[in-house]
Amino acid sequence: MTVFLLRRLLQAAAVVLVMSLLVFLGVYAIGDPVEILISPEADQIERERAIQALGLDLPLWQQYLVFLGRALQGDLGLSFVFNEPALRLILDRMPATLELAVGATLVALVIGLPLGLYAGLRPHSPVSKGILAGSILGFSLPTFWVGLMLIMVFAVQLGWLPSTGRGETVTVLGMRWSFLTRDGLAHMVMPTVNLSLFKTSLVIRLTRAGVRETMLMDYVKFARAKGLSPARITFVHVFKNILIPVVTVVGLEFGGTIAFSVVTESVFAWPGMGKLIIDSINVLDRPVMVAYLMIIVLMFITINLVVDITYSLLDPRVRLEGKS
Amino acid sequence: MSSTAAGSPLARPQAAAVETPLRRFISEFAESRLALFGLGLFLLIVAAALLAPWIAPQNPYDLAQLDIMDGRLEPGSRNGADTFIYWLGTDDQGRDMLSGILYGLRISLSVGAGSAILACLVGASLGMLAAYAGGRTDGLIMRLVDLQLSFPAILAALMILAFLGKGILNVVIALVVVEWAYYARTVRGTALVERRREYIEAAQCLALPTRRIIFRHLLPNCLPPLIVVGTMQVARAIALEATLSFLGLGVPITEPSLGLLIANGYEYMLSGKYWISFYPGIALLVTIVSINLVGDQLRDVLNPRLKK
Repeated sequence: MTVFLLRRLLQAAAVVLVMSLLVFLGVYAIGDPVEILISPEADQIERERAIQALGLDLPLWQQYLVFLGRALQGDLGLSFVFNEPALRLILDRMPATLELAVGATLVALVIGLPLGLYAGLRPHSPVSKGILAGSILGFSLPTFWVGLMLIMVFAVQLGWLPSTGRGETVTVLGMRWSFLTRDGLAHMVMPTVNLSLFKTSLVIRLTRAGVRETMLMDYVKFARAKGLSPARITFVHVFKNILIPVVTVVGLEFGGTIAFSVVTESVFAWPGMGKLIIDSINVLDRPVMVAYLMIIVLMFITINLVVDITYSLLDPRVRLEGKS
Repeated sequence: MSSTAAGSPLARPQAAAVETPLRRFISEFAESRLALFGLGLFLLIVAAALLAPWIAPQNPYDLAQLDIMDGRLEPGSRNGADTFIYWLGTDDQGRDMLSGILYGLRISLSVGAGSAILACLVGASLGMLAAYAGGRTDGLIMRLVDLQLSFPAILAALMILAFLGKGILNVVIALVVVEWAYYARTVRGTALVERRREYIEAAQCLALPTRRIIFRHLLPNCLPPLIVVGTMQVARAIALEATLSFLGLGVPITEPSLGLLIANGYEYMLSGKYWISFYPGIALLVTIVSINLVGDQLRDVLNPRLKK
């Protein structure tokens, strides 16, 4: 087990290193940072002094090592636009994105599980077919357009919900949260629903497929033969077993949800990490782009690592595979 | 294989009833009315896009035909010169939305199809190489595939476009980078199964050159799953391109795709002028759904596990 853990950790570190190199090269491939950082009026001596101060006269591999050394200390440079550390800018906006992503995951489970369960138990009823068609639509609908339509109906025509922004926030543990105030919650409704659209369809399909498979299992037949009530069979015997794959996929998808919040945040002007990165790309604010990428890569690798380790704990075959 | 096609000479007296694989495929595909409807819809959309210069009421790129006084007119309004009706309204430049959508479809469809074909070429070649070479090559390619698939498509595309800048070609490159892994995984999976079959062994015994075995024997038998993945990926590519263009990182303003048209209407949404974003979105939705309907049925027909 220790060997397995160590190997996975080493692999993860290697991927982070490779990604940092890719990000570094990608960012430096898009043009001369001198042109952006130094004013065009500067004379030759000033230019050279600035280039030296920024370390741009060093060979590329040395620049990369400097970048890596600073990154390890949590210094990913100052944002050109805000003139603040890029890392802090992103961390400031992280709670907004996290509450959106967590909210969307909860909505997907609360709506998707019962619907999927129903569709799996009665696969031939018209309601089930409707649910299934709805989930196909959920996969096909372009999320950003659905967001616009939500704004049009609920904010413009009906005037029930605010269209943009986070609303009132409360500071807890040094971070600002919207979900603790009424106003903030009202602002959260539409973005959360919008972000959960794809996930809800996914949960419906997974649950439905799981229920249909599980209902044919011997232990379900046995439970039925024993004379257990249908409710007990459904909720204790079937539900518990389908929960494992559903929770796994939803957990794995969490990173994807954070990534996809880029779109939802842009539509609803939600001031999270996603909106920040789009704004930064549009003004070519490189330090912020680099910091965002590195944070996302770290997040993904952590999620994958946690899933791998959990799996190896649950399923011995996974960790034995590496030994042979 | 259906029972009527059992193949005894008595069972098929007319020449027209001879069952070729293509005929069987067509009749199986036609079993689903929904899929036929999807196919019809898709062909209609493609035709509308191809014929756009002839059927659109105006050329939305020709500034001489635009009248800024006609800006933001409601659907059904007449144009200033009273020669035709703006059935779907106009945008802020006085551009007819119907014409804009027809021209936008051309860009959305060609970006979607173009990137899918390129991604298929890259992915299928790498997948085939992985399956045929095995060993280290296989390991390396599949690690790359895993890495690519564990990273969300939208984010990868976003970053590539951030580095490359806007432009149709750059969008296609980004979509190819994001999508090739799906093809590679599919082809490798199928090829690994197929290359152990007798006909490959027979071909190897005949000492046919490797290239011939791969392209003439292995590849054609890997095509069915590739077609299914390809159809679904075209729909995905169109949706992704629209999203990127909506975010302002996709196609340039001079070549507006459906996504960009929707983005243009965003600011007018709040003042109740819904049609600038609404109708391009409907066009996008119908396109994606029709492709997915076809893809769903193709998957059922071409899946050997579901064969009766």
